[in-house]
Amino acid sequence: MNEFVKPTLDYAQLSPLLIVFAAACLGIIVEAFVPRAQRYLAQTLLTLASLVIAFGAVVWVALDFADSAATTHGEGAAYGVLAAMGSVAVDGPTLFLWGVILILAVLGTLLFAERRLEGGLTAFSSAAASAPGSEIERIATAERREHTEVYPLLLFAVSGMLLFPASNDLLVMFLALEILSLPLYLLAGLARRRRLLSQEAAMKYFFLGAFSSAFFLYGAVLAYGYAGSLGFAEIGEAIRNDTGNEALLLAAIGLMAVGLLFKVGAAPFHAWSPDVYQGSPTPLTAFMSAATKVAAFGAILRLFHVALGNERASWQPVFWIVAILSMVLGTLLAITQNDVKRLLAYSSVAHAGFVLVGVLGVQAVGDMAVGEIASVEAVLFYLTAYGLTSLGAFAVVGLVRDAGGEVNDLTRWAGLGKESPLVAGVFAFFLLAMAGIPLTSGFIGKWAVFSVALAAGAWPVVVVAILMSVVAVWIYLKVMVLMYFREPVEGSASVTTPSALTSSVIAVTALLTLLLGVVPDPLFDLLANAGEFIR
Amino acid sequence: MSITPYIVLSAILFTIGAVGVLTRRNAIVVFMCVEIMLNACNLGFVAFARQHGNLDGQIAAFFVMVVAAAEVVVGLAIIMTIFRSRRSASVDDASLLKY
Repeated sequence: MNEFVKPTLDYAQLSPLLIVFAAACLGIIVEAFVPRAQRYLAQTLLTLASLVIAFGAVVWVALDFADSAATTHGEGAAYGVLAAMGSVAVDGPTLFLWGVILILAVLGTLLFAERRLEGGLTAFSSAAASAPGSEIERIATAERREHTEVYPLLLFAVSGMLLFPASNDLLVMFLALEILSLPLYLLAGLARRRRLLSQEAAMKYFFLGAFSSAFFLYGAVLAYGYAGSLGFAEIGEAIRNDTGNEALLLAAIGLMAVGLLFKVGAAPFHAWSPDVYQGSPTPLTAFMSAATKVAAFGAILRLFHVALGNERASWQPVFWIVAILSMVLGTLLAITQNDVKRLLAYSSVAHAGFVLVGVLGVQAVGDMAVGEIASVEAVLFYLTAYGLTSLGAFAVVGLVRDAGGEVNDLTRWAGLGKESPLVAGVFAFFLLAMAGIPLTSGFIGKWAVFSVALAAGAWPVVVVAILMSVVAVWIYLKVMVLMYFREPVEGSASVTTPSALTSSVIAVTALLTLLLGVVPDPLFDLLANAGEFIR
Repeated sequence: MSITPYIVLSAILFTIGAVGVLTRRNAIVVFMCVEIMLNACNLGFVAFARQHGNLDGQIAAFFVMVVAAAEVVVGLAIIMTIFRSRRSASVDDASLLKY
């Protein structure tokens, strides 16, 4: 039997993660002890403060690395720390993803806290446990109760998202997957309006999510059987030495890919995303569509580059097919949609395909030309750009309302551009960014992922991707024509003026979408400095 | 001692669970099938731990049990609210979101 070694945690490097997790636990205590009237303010401030402090900690860790890296590593090289006994990797890409996820979480919190749109109440149900339309619900709403538990749930989800791309061990990755998913399942069912839809969304998300994470776990079992360890480094080593049973490895790769591709909503594992996006409360849809994708693609990159990088020949063809399917199905099904949230959901499926184009553009370091951007950089840029755009677009969707709540039916969006030129204009701008029109971040992102895929020789996928981008432009133009060149119909929706919370979210995301499109260089420099994954 | 029978059993359990999720209608039964899948994973972890002679797999099994328990809490809460609203726990009845 081995001697027991006391495990060490690298508290300093893990501080962003620990701060968010501690704040989530603190949020539960606040829920128990602070009077109901003060909870909303207390929870909002606690959540925002912890996210901002965690972001500060990320910057601090990054500067700390930069000091030590300047002497030991060149630009683009991997640097970082294998924290928590090698099960969490804090390196350049991890820090970058942490920064992006925390920014998206701050924006998400501001949307969660918006109260003007519902006349002084948040978008979350007053009494989630009551039956829709029941007396209990009516009383709770009349008393203006709030479920302020949503903030700790958000923080738990964020801590899972931070751990997910940093995990360097299949068990930690599975735990992170569950920590990020379970709060989201609950939040999906907490909408104030249209509660039956919301509960149905929660159930569908839960069952399909649990089903797919079981697949991921069985993949982890088989990988453990193959390599004798759950660590990414050990699995990579076993593949390099070709020690184990090849059949076990292939089954493991397939099963783990199912679990992770489900989370990013890539076809053919996308069936949940339109339903969940449509049924969930819109602030949650905004946050989830952006942050979950960022975290899950980070995890995919780490698993497939670090642990399975030497087995590239077996998984790359699968990713080719999944990328093509996602782009084609996402784009074609988006054409037929008449609900704006479903349309954005299918477009997010297509975007998952575009990111996968970047993922399969991975090459060995020696094969890359000088000055060429690496697959990781391109994917991270695309994720940042798409995350901000998607969050902003859903924030705008939340503003278009009538007396009965949000109006998602696109036919009732007719003439919105004449009535509220500013809101319609911002939404059109987000759609242009999703379509990848120049001067938006979407264009740079698409250019980056296409060029890495081309450099890696995946030209058939790039051809499909470009074709689908062209088709996608038509979808977005259709919405713009509807907003600007149609007369308002009977029962057309109007724009409710939000408070400064939502306005600032929309302003920040729109500004960043523009800035990343016009001057993308600072972000690319940051990504070049972030370097590669450590092993 | 060969671990093959245990791995085969774990694969059979996993398959039973997966087929159950896809074919059964009652939300509780679907949920039980997910749990069977997770327990099949546990069996696999423990069997491989025996083969490799290290403890990683056994520790993983403990973590999976905790995750499964957490999933029960969240899952039953969601099924309960659905049942209260619809008086039915059939996964086919909840079909407002489509197309």
